[in-house]
Amino acid sequence: MKLLEVRDLTTAFMTGRGEVNAIEEVSFSLEEGQILGIVGESGSGKSVTALTVMGLLPRPPARIAAGQVLFGGRDLTKLSEREMQAVRGPGISMIFQEPMTSLNPVFSIGDQIMETIAAHERLPQAELRRRAIAMLDKVGIPSAARRLDDYPHQMSGGQRQRVMIAMALACNPKLLIADEPTTALDVTIQAQILDLLMDLRDEFGMGIVIITHNMGVIAETADRVMVMYAGRVIEEAPVATIFDRPLHPYTRGLLECVPSLTEDRARLVAIPGTLPEPARRPPGCRFAPRCLHAEPACGTAIPLLETLEPAHSAACFRARELASP
Amino acid sequence: MTTPLVSATGLTKVFEVGSSGLFGLRKPASLRAVDEVSLTINAGETLGLVGESGCGKSTLGRLLLRLIEPTAGRIAFDGSDITGLGRSAMRAVRRSMQIVFQDPYGALNPRMSVEDIIAEPLLIHGAKPGAETRRKVTEMLGKVGLPARALDRFPHEFSGGQRQRIGIARALVLHPRLIVCDEAVSALDVSVQAQIVNLLQDLQREMGLTYLFIAHDLSVVRHISDRVAVMYLGKVVEIADKRTIYSAPLHPYTRALIAAVPAQHPAQRSRGRRERIAGDIPSALNPPSGCRFHTRCPHVMAVCRERAPVLTEPAPGHQVACHLIEAPQA
Repeated sequence: MKLLEVRDLTTAFMTGRGEVNAIEEVSFSLEEGQILGIVGESGSGKSVTALTVMGLLPRPPARIAAGQVLFGGRDLTKLSEREMQAVRGPGISMIFQEPMTSLNPVFSIGDQIMETIAAHERLPQAELRRRAIAMLDKVGIPSAARRLDDYPHQMSGGQRQRVMIAMALACNPKLLIADEPTTALDVTIQAQILDLLMDLRDEFGMGIVIITHNMGVIAETADRVMVMYAGRVIEEAPVATIFDRPLHPYTRGLLECVPSLTEDRARLVAIPGTLPEPARRPPGCRFAPRCLHAEPACGTAIPLLETLEPAHSAACFRARELASP
Repeated sequence: MTTPLVSATGLTKVFEVGSSGLFGLRKPASLRAVDEVSLTINAGETLGLVGESGCGKSTLGRLLLRLIEPTAGRIAFDGSDITGLGRSAMRAVRRSMQIVFQDPYGALNPRMSVEDIIAEPLLIHGAKPGAETRRKVTEMLGKVGLPARALDRFPHEFSGGQRQRIGIARALVLHPRLIVCDEAVSALDVSVQAQIVNLLQDLQREMGLTYLFIAHDLSVVRHISDRVAVMYLGKVVEIADKRTIYSAPLHPYTRALIAAVPAQHPAQRSRGRRERIAGDIPSALNPPSGCRFHTRCPHVMAVCRERAPVLTEPAPGHQVACHLIEAPQA
């Protein structure tokens, strides 16, 4: 059963240089209990994709130029802000990279969790408090009842991210979107938070979209992977396939440029050039100027996402040819 | 025997904090950011320095360059003690030691052209503006892989990776011997990060540079370093050759750090299979007694709460500060 289905989503922004598509023709779907990893570098459009699904982009300057976001039998792009508010929380909720800026510094964490629950359910104060303590307990905050009255600045970065997760899960959402949830955290804390997200997925069965630039986070958590580059989806496959048989030259480059923790390498395999800014994207394949396999055709037409193997699609004119031995 | 280019002995930095709190009511406190650190960096090598945020690794890097003054301890550079050098003597030494920062946006003056940014260190050290300075700047720009037409442009016209190249050119234009890379590639996208890591290695070979490479990414540190030092709450807890420290780490903290690095393939997923350390790094304002890692250590013993372990050398070149390692000899 499909939990979320995004079809041909294009989101544009009005800028000084005219209207620019931040993401183009993005399509993906997610099933209940599944973890989809969206991986990409700066400007790939991974966060804009998430914010469009959540209906959190200010319009204007943003505009959904095309496509649908189907969730629970409705197209979220057609809903009013009021209707979207009812979806956020019990339907879809989101956690962000920087927990300090996402929490309100002048309210205790207990107040913020209770406010989230109260926005969707009418419950007596004592019950709200009990639910908030239970949530903090669930996300591994020690002596939750005592910490409820603490303020965000009294907690460490890892604990603040746990509080964010508690708030996001307080209304029992069917889908959680985690945008770089561990990027600001130390590696030991990152491991704890990733374990926690997977434990909560197992317990509550919600779908999770994890957005990251880190292939390691993908390897640790994702069931399926979608790779984005310069606003477009360039490859999608089950996680083991992405690591074992990447078809797009960019995906291969992303995997090769990360140094190994166990093997010595004289040199890293870098991808030449830099990521294009949204307003200065090349015509044709966005990756062509940096691609070692580019042909003249790559510079003129945009390759579309094409299913090349069962459950494995890529957007590259030469993918089939490069994959064959 | 290799000669150390830099050696630190008992280096300590205490920051006085909190005295000016809201309404001046907060009690002053001392933060021991770096606590009696002794280490050496050999000429031509790269020493990696890792540890979680707040462990004191950046402070240590700045102490070695004397960008901040140590509270106690000594620093020797190329065989001579530089701890007590006055301003002008220190300026002469500083030609030989430079730093590359994490944030290429914050580290470059947005109102200066690339030429002025790279020429500034030369001018500070007595060069005259003119053809010779311009030639040196252009040559350095070429070395870091930027075209000469970049000279008249401004930082905002460049991408993050290009800006980091400008920062590296500025650090190298005086032909220093030691470069402290403080999270120099951490803010870059991975595809660009690999380019800058390769560039740093090429320049090291070409110019005979010595690096202190401070970073939190353990796989990048392994790739670029010859030896690696691990810090925890102001103390160096382990130093060894990189292959040794990654394949046979002795300190429980080093082991935990390496075990926390995400898998490089989904078949090696770590959840439920690798030991995790619980909790967060404690506040440096109120560090735990004895071994500072004892509150999170899976192998904690009674002695760990009482006495701080000293750095011992269980194998040549492999130093570790842990009671588990000390015990057999006692």
